[in-house]
Amino acid sequence: MLTVGRVVTLGLGVRVLRGDATGYAYTEELSEERMREAARTAGQIAASGAGPGPVSIQPVALPDFYPVREPSLVRPGADKVELLRRADRAARAHDPRIVRVEVSLSEEWREVLVVSSDGALARDRQPMIRFGVSAVAEEGGKRQGGRSGGAARRGMEQFERPGQSPEEHGREAARLAVAMLHAQDAPAGPMEVVLGPGESGILLHEAVGHGLEADFNRKKTSNYTDQIGESVASPLCTVVDDGTLGSARGSINVDDEGNPGRRNVLIENGRLVAYMQDRISSRHFGAPPSGNGRRESFRHEPLPRMTNTLLQAGSDDPQDIIRSVKRGVYAKNFSGGQVNISNGDFVFSLTESYLIEDGKLTAPLKGVNLIGNGPEVLRQVTMVGSDFKLSDGTWTCGKDGQSVPVGIGTPTVKIAQITVGGTRAG
Amino acid sequence: MTASDRRPLPDPAACQAVAEQMLSFALRAGADAAEVLVRDGSELEVKIRLGEPELVKEAGSRALGLRILKDNRAAVTYTSDLQPDAMASLARQTVELAGLAEPEPLAALPARELMAGQVPDLELWDDAVPSLDVREAMRRALRGEAAARKLDSRITNSEGAVFGRVMGAMAFATSAGFAGSYRGTNVSYVVEPVCDDEGGKKRNGAYWSSSRYLATLLDEEAVGIEAARRTLAKLGSRKVATAEMPVIFAPEAARSLLGQLAGVISGGAVWRRSTYLAQRAGPPVASPLISVVDDPHLRRAPGSRPFDAEGLATRPNVVISEGVLRTFLCDTYAGRKLGRPSTGSAGRGIGGGPHVSTSNFILRPGRTPPAEIEQVEGGLYVTELMGFGFNGVTGDYSQGAGGFWIEKGERAYPVSEITISANFDDLWKGVDAVGSDLDTRSSVQAPTLRVSRMTVAGR
Repeated sequence: MLTVGRVVTLGLGVRVLRGDATGYAYTEELSEERMREAARTAGQIAASGAGPGPVSIQPVALPDFYPVREPSLVRPGADKVELLRRADRAARAHDPRIVRVEVSLSEEWREVLVVSSDGALARDRQPMIRFGVSAVAEEGGKRQGGRSGGAARRGMEQFERPGQSPEEHGREAARLAVAMLHAQDAPAGPMEVVLGPGESGILLHEAVGHGLEADFNRKKTSNYTDQIGESVASPLCTVVDDGTLGSARGSINVDDEGNPGRRNVLIENGRLVAYMQDRISSRHFGAPPSGNGRRESFRHEPLPRMTNTLLQAGSDDPQDIIRSVKRGVYAKNFSGGQVNISNGDFVFSLTESYLIEDGKLTAPLKGVNLIGNGPEVLRQVTMVGSDFKLSDGTWTCGKDGQSVPVGIGTPTVKIAQITVGGTRAG
Repeated sequence: MTASDRRPLPDPAACQAVAEQMLSFALRAGADAAEVLVRDGSELEVKIRLGEPELVKEAGSRALGLRILKDNRAAVTYTSDLQPDAMASLARQTVELAGLAEPEPLAALPARELMAGQVPDLELWDDAVPSLDVREAMRRALRGEAAARKLDSRITNSEGAVFGRVMGAMAFATSAGFAGSYRGTNVSYVVEPVCDDEGGKKRNGAYWSSSRYLATLLDEEAVGIEAARRTLAKLGSRKVATAEMPVIFAPEAARSLLGQLAGVISGGAVWRRSTYLAQRAGPPVASPLISVVDDPHLRRAPGSRPFDAEGLATRPNVVISEGVLRTFLCDTYAGRKLGRPSTGSAGRGIGGGPHVSTSNFILRPGRTPPAEIEQVEGGLYVTELMGFGFNGVTGDYSQGAGGFWIEKGERAYPVSEITISANFDDLWKGVDAVGSDLDTRSSVQAPTLRVSRMTVAGR
């Protein structure tokens, strides 16, 4: 079955700040009456009438980190249907054990206009194209699923990029489903883990990213509170949040408070350098805006959020990293992760992983969680590969009920010890 | 602010009028059949932290979702622009969009004779909720956080306390011969204290209450005190040694398992072959202690609904009876794919088509008092779960967990940074105790459960 849909939303959100307190309202009806009502409602937070007064508005000059060559929304629907069919055919042709394939394409064109009482006016258009394939393989009563997908701030040219054709995603989803049919029970307990390049950035996002969002540090509820300048990770680790990467899913020309997207070094050679700020926290810390004040939509108040969070390349040969492990787990693909900000405990879920025995990848392992503590795990990083890769996946970060698109990336990384949550104890 | 400035209350009759108007636009634009969902909602959220206001958020929104069929092709659209011209134009665009879809005869609307008749009043609306204003919400939010901080000097910080209120009306109209509407309220309150632990770690905990009726929301001070107790109980958390052991799930953790079970008994997952339970109706899928019902008719309950998102009458469905799978939950499409009738279980987001969804999904409580369930020689008592480590296709289950180590029936010390794992099939068949303490706060409801054996990975 093939289904189609289209959604158009339009609305306005008003935020009024008084100290660290926020008043927020929104409306989807842009009549003057409703806009005034939203402004009054948001203004409830300000007890006195001493507002900023009239302001003169100046447009902010913005970079363009995601020019679009072939806008997709204007292309005929039939062209897009053909992309779905190509992926479906490729997945089914990959292996006779593939019994079901689902393919989806979604396109978003978002226009953002931010005006603040500082006088700044910023305008951006934020494209997003997303393609995903999921396949189910069956053999002798066993069943497994595999997924592959890509997302970027591009138009139709996305499908010409390496690894991004419908066929490549179709085959990759099928490959994963078939490969996992014969997965073994994963081991349980602490062991050496090698994280593959790209997708493993989910570990960074959970282990350290959220804890460096300035709201938690302003409130002193993060375990990185008051640690600027201190060593919080192995000296091999340099962590950057970079909203300026060309066409990447997490990139932004401007954040949702009107500050241009930026590249911010968070951890440099293991030492904590900076938090990711929004307007409230940057005033609190006396720090410059970092371009991290993001929100899901006009229905939501801005919060410090990640853009593309990356671990910089090191100098180790990725093959040497795998060869250095006697018995451990190689983590390749992930479905997601979660962190408890206050104590730093995080989990991330592996959908494709392999046992490492005597320096070689051997059996595929069933889906398993890894659990660790952010600061402890970052101190356990003992090798960092030279093979940095930005994940092309469709990563979406949730915080306070708000979802925003993000990017992740890492080279191959070795962690000396982390707890693997398999079923095979001992 | 004067009363006339305020947005009017969500009005089911007005929503229904919009839905019926849109339906006629769709049919006039050439649709063979159409369904319209209209939602009108308003929200108020007040967050305080360390005794000071942090966020006051108040807004309302009204929007419609349209699904049309033309030559057996379906298209779905959404708009918040409810001017008649805009609605008529959207109807035409939607019919055009359907031309891209593939014909799928099974996607046809359900038969006229299956439509809901009368819309029962399930008492989902509380007249006391609309009059609750920002000042009152603030007062309530402050009380619970203050109670939490006063309880113990080791409560050194707070993630805050949030009081929330939602009111909504929904209407549905279908060319299959039904139009209906209803409205509902909900109030909720959560307190999240933080304390400092050894080694620079912080421990946070939370407790919450949620109810359709203001009078049955737990007292804010009681919520704050319970939140503080739960947070303090985590001080000194450590790992346990990796081993197999009995695992007890507190009702809140058991609720997470039950929510995952809802995913794998969905007719949609069955025809997609994305559940390990496909082709499994008949033989047991769980321990004989397990009975699960999906009941949309509970009065004043969070997940109740008088009709489903295709206009069908809803009804309680026994899903698992003493361990035996009785039915998969189906909407019309999943039912047709599986050759059986809908169970009246269609849900629908406003911007999407119908899909299988649960109403009040309830694991029936047993007779064992929860304290008795903890009578194990050595085992893990799980209060919280983390992560996305469940694969419904294979049933492989591996989640981060926290809770308490139990030794000779007593909670010996708090535990964190561990995982628990098992195959979901073994997990449900391995349940050897079901508590009498059903937690009814949310639309997925479970009591305390004990699983005889799972792998716990820690030290």
